[in-house]
Amino acid sequence: MAEGIRDKVAIIGMGCTKFGELWDKGAEDLMVDSFQECIEDAGIEKKDIQAAWFGVHFEEQSVGKGATSMALTLKLPFIPVTRVENFCATGTEALRGACYGVASGAYDIALALGVEKLKDTGYGGLPGGPGLMGPRNALIMPKLTAPGSFAMMATRYFAVYGLSPEEGKKMLAKVSAKSHHNGSMNPKAHLRREITVEQVMNAPIIAWPLGLFDCCGVSDGSAAAIVTTAELAKKFRPDPVYIKSLQIALSSGEELMYTKWDGAHVETGFRAGVLAYKEAGVKDPRKEISMAEVHDCFSITEAVTMEDLQFSPRGKVKDDIEAGRFNLDGEQPVQPDGGLKCFGHPIGASGLRMMYEMYKQLQGKAQLPERQLKNPKLGLTHNMGGFPAMNIVSVAIVGL
Amino acid sequence: MAGIKSFGAYIPRYRINHNTIFSAVGFLGTFPPPGENAVANHDEDTLSMAVAAGSDCLDGLKREEVNGLYLATTSQPYMLRQNSALVAAALDLENNIRTADFLGSNKSGTSALLSAFDAVKADTSNILVCASDCRVSKPGSSQEPLYGDGAAAILMGSDDIVASLEGSYSVSYDFPDRWRATSEKFEHSWEDRFIRDAGYTKMIPEAISGLLKKYNLAITDFTKIIFPDLYPREHAAIVKRLGADARQIQTSLLDKVGDTGSASPLMMLVSALEEAKPGDKILVASFGSGSDAMFFQVTEKIKNITGRRGVRKNLETKKELASYEKYLAFRNLAPVELGGRGEIAFRTPMSTLFRERETVLALCGSKCKKCGTPQYPRQRVCVNPDCGAVDQMEGYRFSDKRGVLFTYTGDNLAASIDPPAIYGLVDFDGGGRFWFDITDCDLDSVKVGMPVEMTFRRRYVDEGGGVYGYSWKAMPVRA
Repeated sequence: MAEGIRDKVAIIGMGCTKFGELWDKGAEDLMVDSFQECIEDAGIEKKDIQAAWFGVHFEEQSVGKGATSMALTLKLPFIPVTRVENFCATGTEALRGACYGVASGAYDIALALGVEKLKDTGYGGLPGGPGLMGPRNALIMPKLTAPGSFAMMATRYFAVYGLSPEEGKKMLAKVSAKSHHNGSMNPKAHLRREITVEQVMNAPIIAWPLGLFDCCGVSDGSAAAIVTTAELAKKFRPDPVYIKSLQIALSSGEELMYTKWDGAHVETGFRAGVLAYKEAGVKDPRKEISMAEVHDCFSITEAVTMEDLQFSPRGKVKDDIEAGRFNLDGEQPVQPDGGLKCFGHPIGASGLRMMYEMYKQLQGKAQLPERQLKNPKLGLTHNMGGFPAMNIVSVAIVGL
Repeated sequence: MAGIKSFGAYIPRYRINHNTIFSAVGFLGTFPPPGENAVANHDEDTLSMAVAAGSDCLDGLKREEVNGLYLATTSQPYMLRQNSALVAAALDLENNIRTADFLGSNKSGTSALLSAFDAVKADTSNILVCASDCRVSKPGSSQEPLYGDGAAAILMGSDDIVASLEGSYSVSYDFPDRWRATSEKFEHSWEDRFIRDAGYTKMIPEAISGLLKKYNLAITDFTKIIFPDLYPREHAAIVKRLGADARQIQTSLLDKVGDTGSASPLMMLVSALEEAKPGDKILVASFGSGSDAMFFQVTEKIKNITGRRGVRKNLETKKELASYEKYLAFRNLAPVELGGRGEIAFRTPMSTLFRERETVLALCGSKCKKCGTPQYPRQRVCVNPDCGAVDQMEGYRFSDKRGVLFTYTGDNLAASIDPPAIYGLVDFDGGGRFWFDITDCDLDSVKVGMPVEMTFRRRYVDEGGGVYGYSWKAMPVRA
């Protein structure tokens, strides 16, 4: 009977570059930066790594196909390196691969590294490309952009819960303002300016009803983790961070092609959450999850994710947002590092960047004291890739 | 008896006033006559309009009973790749049909109609004739304020005839009034006085007189007389010379739609049929490289034709295009900035397109025989989570289904010639949901729950591959 990987694998080292429009750094530079910080933090040498998982999404933008670019860049000595890609959950998928490699008993020490170099397209937003359906994308689908596809969820959320555009946009503005506040304190974040609710509401429209500040940045970055077995972990450091659960869920087509989905939530988010809570033994996520880094590619995504992950009751996230529940000093801080909103979303790196924040917070090592949360017990990361009607969601839970 | 079984038409939503054109490029020419032209939206062309007119014509009829499709136009997107076959695919007609393109002259619409008539008489088939033109004229040219975009469709058959074709008479001349070589974007024309005096006022009367003589008819026998109104004064002179009464003359669409080329005589015929009574006789003559004249006798069955948008309803649904510059952008007559995102090249995989032709061109998906769930695009495994049947599907056409808008956005980031790009999820009446572009509307008027219908459009141009990409979009249900 399968029992999951709870408490079988521990993270013993992590690295994360500064995120941003890094015009003077290529994907290879970013890989070296996150990797060096990571192995120094773990106190190991490169030769100790027995296998590696490499996450990158838009390979045509930066490193090319396969995993050879990482092996070559880091000069990994003929070890197995696997490239994974699963939309915005790519970074978390790299971590999942490394954790399963260790949990299976195949390896003692494994590396997960994610990278993305987005700022080499010459235009704003994510790179265009074949998207979700291969050639059928261009043949039958609208030219959906990321903001457009999530804007459709905002439109739907407002309609289902009877919010006027003004009320809805105000709720979302508070989500973005909160994250900018957190990001302003984080030296590794891309966007480090405080913004007001009024600024968010009055920003130019990108895809109605979402404005500029409802959208996360577009940045370059890399993050990495070294994992080992729970038995070996304490030999490397006194404060390893244990994997409590690592789950993903994918759309079945029901949301996009069947007519039952309400369009105001992400079904995979709910399903992945349920799987993760079961694996981690979490009964009441609203009470038990101390902090979370969720996939706030857009303000609406964070809002519905609070409901999908059962932090807030369905349709009631507005009350929690207004009560400040998810603020840095609230009952359940979300995006303590500033989130995708301030870090941007170098796709292959994001999941590991989120984990970096959870890892540092659990260890009490957030860079500045004003960012450090008090005694967090369980941290959750959440990635959502694709569009609300057709996507993948990953949920990871970690603790000391 | 053979003749017209059904008819339909299409006029695009936008109209541009002749004054708008004159105020932009009037310095190049003379003041145009008052009126407005129908202008195809940026995602419309000859083929999309032909499909719209064809859908109107086939409303309520069985598509499998159509045995052929003839397309008449002078503005076909493809020189090689049969345009009529593409229109037939979009209309989800059967494969065992005859298709043909009638090109190169403004009389191609009537020529296609006569050829369809011959085919129907020969083997009692049903042939759908679509005449459609979306002619691009050089900015500032004398054609620009005269040419309009539109389409007509006429189903020719041998039973349930609403107007029987009783006879015809054709004349053909290599008349070089207008010409365009294969590689050219714009047409050339000889001076107007030549076209008017050596062609228009000679060839139309020659065809009509020939018809009257051949069938021993008098011009006064006709309830309605239709021929192109290119020069108002000479138009009146022809009427007078034929001995006809001005009340017999079918009202021209010149000041409301413009000269729609090969579609023009057929659109006027549709207009006449919309008002016709049993027993009416209708005379139609075209003009271009000669003239085709033909006459119809309206039957009792005309009363059975209902629910068509035809010319009348299409004339009522309109929105002014107040910007000449936008018109230039729509017709790709002025280079406009689409941003880096708009420059991403896409090579159309033709074998994929052929394999998925019913999905892409006909908007056909699947319907599960076990649970009855319609789904798009086609699936082999049923999407209903309580069913999941494998390979229990039958084809299901969504193009003629209405739906409601489940959600939407207006996207300023997506590359579009007419931003914001409006798109959303459509829930079809009877089941099925998918993403679609939403066209022919303004963002402010779009609402969740809004009723929509489907429309065949040109979705992209693959310039490197020389491919025009078509598929279906949603639009608000028209009044």
